[in-house]
Amino acid sequence: MPREERCHILIVGAGPAGIAAACAAAETCENVIVLDDNPAPGGQIWRGEENRWIGRLRASRARVCGGTRAVAPLGDGALLAEQQNEPVLFYYEKLILATGARELFLPIPGWTLPGVTGAGGLQALVHGGLPIIGKRVVVAGSGPLLLAVAAHLRGRGALISAIAEQAPMVRLTCFATQLWRAPGRIAQASGLAWTLRGVPRLTSSWPIAVLGDTRLKAVRLHAPKGDREIPCDYLACGFGLIPNTEFAALAGCQIHAGFVAVDESQRTTRDGVLCAGEPTGIGGVDRSLLEGRIAGYTAACRRDDARRLFPARRRAHAFATELARAFALRDELKTLAQSDTIVCRCEDITLARAIEHDTARGSRLHARCGMGACQGRVCGPALQFITGRADATTHARPPIFPVGMSTLAAAREENPERV
Amino acid sequence: MPEMIAVRVNGREVQVASGSTAAAAVMIAGDGACRTSVSGEPRAPLCGMGICFECRATVNGVAHTRTCQELCEPGMVISTDAA
Repeated sequence: MPREERCHILIVGAGPAGIAAACAAAETCENVIVLDDNPAPGGQIWRGEENRWIGRLRASRARVCGGTRAVAPLGDGALLAEQQNEPVLFYYEKLILATGARELFLPIPGWTLPGVTGAGGLQALVHGGLPIIGKRVVVAGSGPLLLAVAAHLRGRGALISAIAEQAPMVRLTCFATQLWRAPGRIAQASGLAWTLRGVPRLTSSWPIAVLGDTRLKAVRLHAPKGDREIPCDYLACGFGLIPNTEFAALAGCQIHAGFVAVDESQRTTRDGVLCAGEPTGIGGVDRSLLEGRIAGYTAACRRDDARRLFPARRRAHAFATELARAFALRDELKTLAQSDTIVCRCEDITLARAIEHDTARGSRLHARCGMGACQGRVCGPALQFITGRADATTHARPPIFPVGMSTLAAAREENPERV
Repeated sequence: MPEMIAVRVNGREVQVASGSTAAAAVMIAGDGACRTSVSGEPRAPLCGMGICFECRATVNGVAHTRTCQELCEPGMVISTDAA
């Protein structure tokens, strides 16, 4: 028999939203469990760091199960997870999904060469012990994450050759003038500017090719004053964030325009299932913390405490709207991938083969595009951006990640209908 | 200084800081390639967060382990040969 865990409130994801939800819920609720695929809590943003919220989580009564990946809902009140290749069944009364986001990668010629990583991806790898001292890094793509990543890497001894942001300067300036509403963010922005002094910062610029034979040697950037080649050891490139909605979709929660639909109390359309953080909208850490706390209080039946946070959440949502406008992706990026550029890295499917079929489902069935280990998490959003067609990951099937046979067997024993 | 631990990558001993991932050990040991793609290309970690599966390698005999989500332990054996 697989291991079983029972709790009142189960939280999937120990990033800012999950941590805030756990802390809020555990104030009055005895039995709260947070599980996360990563070995330690903190999500991608605080990975491997100690801070006030992680300290608060440790001091709370909530129990953290690290290295535990949620792979399928099993009807109401049960969830299948895998820990060290073994199945674990979690039983709960309330479920809070705080599954975070991943980076949007856009295929460009040469992007499969070693040395090309996500922007947050390289930061995560460096957090995980990758030595970066003296390495030349080009940070590219879009969004406020680029500056944060560049500052972090520089702090660890990297030589930042350039930061290339696809958004035009005029939109970033408009965005910056909005910051007066949030004094904390002005301090944050000026801190980043100080750390990044002397680093070439390009706007309306983006990578168009990665050069090298078996490893990246240089990146070719498109810039307003003409294309240029920059030799480097790493290209850290991400074009914004994509919400992880697979588990919510599988649990039967309604997905609206790519995000999990929630009411003012962070409840999804599925009874007893709440959602907080980036799966409901991309908007940064403050938004995630507020939604997490509201979800935690709601799950613990503390409606008044949840309500008190509504005005602050409204401000965070307004900021998120400005963010989306400032960093909207330009149409030119849709032509970065050439017909022979691999878009599905799991199955090595080129753009030409991937778009022979009109739908994501057609590409899956006929070309195996998105059928590999990542289950279309990388190529799905990229093809959605390039072609405008719906991303197949919104029709996730169980298990949402590859699992061992013993885990599949456990799912079948528990709920033969679902898996 | 963090405590250093020894792991083996493709038979070679590599020293990594305690708390490092197996992906970091592979990237320290060589060119960073973890797996060979279905068309024979070398591939290295991309997302760093367990989503893209490009960092798969054999860890302590378990094939297809995502090395970016796996913390190094003393004596860990990592092999990137079996894609």
